[in-house]
Amino acid sequence: MLNIVWPIFIIISFSYAIFSGNLENLNASIFESTSDAVKLSISLLGTICLWNGIIKIASTTTMLDRLVKFLNPVIKFLYPEIREEKEIQKEISMNMVANILGLGNAATPLGLKAMRSMQKKNVKKDTLTNSMIMFIILNTASIQIIPTTVIAIRTSLGSRQSNSNCISSVDCYNLCSSSGGNMYKTIIEVQEKMIRRRKYVKNY
Amino acid sequence: MLKTINYISNLAMPLIILIIILYGVKEKNKIFDNFLEGAKEGLEIVLSIFPTLIGLFVAIGALRSSGIIDIITNLLLPILNLIKFPPEIMPLAILRPISGSSSIAVATDIMKNYGVDSQLGMIASTIMGSTETVLYTIAIYTGCVKIKKTRFVLAVALLADFVGIIVSIIACRIFL
Repeated sequence: MLNIVWPIFIIISFSYAIFSGNLENLNASIFESTSDAVKLSISLLGTICLWNGIIKIASTTTMLDRLVKFLNPVIKFLYPEIREEKEIQKEISMNMVANILGLGNAATPLGLKAMRSMQKKNVKKDTLTNSMIMFIILNTASIQIIPTTVIAIRTSLGSRQSNSNCISSVDCYNLCSSSGGNMYKTIIEVQEKMIRRRKYVKNY
Repeated sequence: MLKTINYISNLAMPLIILIIILYGVKEKNKIFDNFLEGAKEGLEIVLSIFPTLIGLFVAIGALRSSGIIDIITNLLLPILNLIKFPPEIMPLAILRPISGSSSIAVATDIMKNYGVDSQLGMIASTIMGSTETVLYTIAIYTGCVKIKKTRFVLAVALLADFVGIIVSIIACRIFL
């Protein structure tokens, strides 16, 4: 994917900047971006190591087994391919909980851990499996009940409605739109599966 | 109400860690050894996503600073008017899937200029709450396992963001 998207971004923006004479901004942004990436990696290093450690502790207890049991219907529906993989299910459930609570800092490390575990079971090492795609999509869908960043911005700008009214309405839209998005994804996922099954039947 | 929500969101993380540690103590595991083992693995994960981050940030930074986003918005203006899509929201809609920090900046700008509690302000907030930085998420999730063939994941994720944006606009128009 990035093999296509990345050069497109670079070519479009660099040539437009040269064409419009906007070169000073472009030069500044190149160096700014690299140092931004380093800053982000350093802060990620902290949270990722912390949460990896925490999940390791959790995975040795029976606590995650309970969580998996609780979320089992959802996980079974979303990830039919990993029905037998208890370890992966544990990591996915932790990621789900972090996402729903709006803990972005925790959700990413937990998600990356789950991706690595799924990769271990992946037959084609260079291609995403269906479960991985579902997992990535659910992580990009931003299913959160408390949109912490937005609330912070709105309060700092002195929103008169950053009381119950505003938050519940933001929440309502949030749920509404993310569920809308999820429906689309499920449809596409199901379609993909049907195509695969058809191919499978044809082959045998 | 705001205080309660703040309290809950502040409580979530410490509470989760506390529960996990308590469970570990109860079941008499070697908690710190386990922690170290996990944390060491974290180092590897960061190393594997670092090159992706550098490449992505440079491309997105260039896209933002070159001013191409304004040109795209202007080109799309007639279509936007036709479907009654608020043109003020367009830069946010374009930036949201590719860059988290710049979409926050744009959303804050919209809220400042048109008022936090105005319809546009509410739309911007709702979009920020209901979408995610698709490109970044996909890049680091696939980068950490070194997967090149991503199949249709980008298309579906962009579709989800698109649905999020459209539903945000419709919902704000209906409820406000």
